[in-house]
Amino acid sequence: MVEFEDNVIRQLSVFVENKPGRLAAVTEILYKEKINIKAFTIAEAGDFGIIRMVVDRTDDAYRCLKDAGFTVTLTRVLGVEVEDEPGGLYRIAKALGDQGINIEYVYAFTYGGDRALIILRVDDIEGAAKILDSRGSLYKEKN
Amino acid sequence: MFWNPRIERMPQKEIEEYQERKLRALIHNVYNHSAFYRRKFKEAGVNPWDFSGRKDLHKLPFTKKQDLRDNYPFGMFAVPISQIVRFHASSGTTGKPTVVGYTANDIECWAESLCRGLVSCGVSRDDVIQISYGYGLFTGGLGFHYAAEKVGATVLPTSAGNTARQIELMKDLKTTVIACTPSYMLYLAEYAYKNGVSLKDETELKLGIFGAEPWSEETRKRIEEKVGIDAYDVYGTSELSGPLFTECTEKCGVHIWADHFLIEIVDPDTGEQLSEGEKGELVVTTLSKEALPLIRWRTGDVTLMENEKCACGRTHPRIMRILGRTDDMIIVRGVNVFPSQIEHVLMQIPEVGEHYMILLDRKDDGLDVMTVQVELSEKAEVDKVSDMLELERKITEKLKSVLNVTAKVEVVNPGTLQRFEGKAKRVIDRRKI
Repeated sequence: MVEFEDNVIRQLSVFVENKPGRLAAVTEILYKEKINIKAFTIAEAGDFGIIRMVVDRTDDAYRCLKDAGFTVTLTRVLGVEVEDEPGGLYRIAKALGDQGINIEYVYAFTYGGDRALIILRVDDIEGAAKILDSRGSLYKEKN
Repeated sequence: MFWNPRIERMPQKEIEEYQERKLRALIHNVYNHSAFYRRKFKEAGVNPWDFSGRKDLHKLPFTKKQDLRDNYPFGMFAVPISQIVRFHASSGTTGKPTVVGYTANDIECWAESLCRGLVSCGVSRDDVIQISYGYGLFTGGLGFHYAAEKVGATVLPTSAGNTARQIELMKDLKTTVIACTPSYMLYLAEYAYKNGVSLKDETELKLGIFGAEPWSEETRKRIEEKVGIDAYDVYGTSELSGPLFTECTEKCGVHIWADHFLIEIVDPDTGEQLSEGEKGELVVTTLSKEALPLIRWRTGDVTLMENEKCACGRTHPRIMRILGRTDDMIIVRGVNVFPSQIEHVLMQIPEVGEHYMILLDRKDDGLDVMTVQVELSEKAEVDKVSDMLELERKITEKLKSVLNVTAKVEVVNPGTLQRFEGKAKRVIDRRKI
């Protein structure tokens, strides 16, 4: 289960120093709170890294990481369902690019056994959501 | 060789008598011409007419760096600005510089002091001296420049930096003497070596005069071996004029010209005068300075004094190597840095917290690296890597603009830097000096 807010996914970003044991410290906190990680990536930049993740209980995760002293930011990102065929990502990237929307970062994970979902941070989230929704590829809350 | 043999070899008894006369005149002069000293003397209950000389020195109040800051820019000057022929300035803890001024006589006296030093190291009119200290507001470059010209040597005013050019000119113009920070000398040697030049075999260098940062006997040996020269120590601070005093060829302490400067060693905590051979803070009273006379100036440098006549024949007192600082000032690549300056910069950046650490390392090539570690604050947005890199860049730039030296910035998690209950020890100096 992923939590939505107006069809937008709330992602946690955690600052970590590039040192042994930091990833373990973050994941241990989530494990102890029985929080499940749905999507996960690390952006590495020399002496630090940023862990980005989507979890099943965002507010609980935010609170317990904060309490443990981590710097955490909540970011609104979009989930995109990608067709499992050549050109799937291209069509989405082009649709956004044609409308002048910049993709700031992207990472992917699988769900439901055989489906791929892409997490996008864009500079115009409302605009991007509209475009993706009109193409039927926005991953959103099931009504 | 001597620059001024009569003065340099003056019997100690005569030097002392000379100091007594100049000191009494100085006390009257500052009392009459400086509102700052008049106020300080009154507060301390000192009446110039009752002041008998050196034995009453301990009754005079100290002058400290903070006095210069409090009276920025001209409050401590004892002559009208029309008599000032030059300013120099150094950066201060609040980002506000401390300013020093010189009359024509002050410049002359400064050059005279360093001339004696240069000649005592063996510099003569036959030498080509490359001055790789910074020129400009920093006193190092111009201080050496005036003295070297006065000696009659050929001056090559390269200033600091542009290492490839320094080495090229050193070879082509046959530099025999170099003046720079000891760490820059090591860097020059390393750089030359990497580019296939041996300073030892392919230049005419015979001696170097190094200072503006603390260094050791070990560094002297390394420089002397690597470069094939004699390495001498130089001492001075911008408040006292700039580079003023050097070792002689005996290499056993820096000669302090007692006809212009009266030195004491005091206990940094109690301010009590210490005797010869005891380690303490160097305190200097300027006997000849006109624009900015300093009474019992606390240098913050820890050393010990030796009054014994030097084997070279000079009778003036000597100070040994600077062993450290009484305050938290650090010297990085010849630049004075106070942790409070760093704190001041960090406090203006909302994304970082109030805790910080300063790490100092000396690389194999001899250059110092300062790393500033800061914690992220609640206000930091940590999602985009580019934002984080931008934050590091912003901190680096602000530090550079205040400190005049580049610091490597490391951002760390909140709560991970050391906390202090008593006096914070935020500086970890890992340099092997």
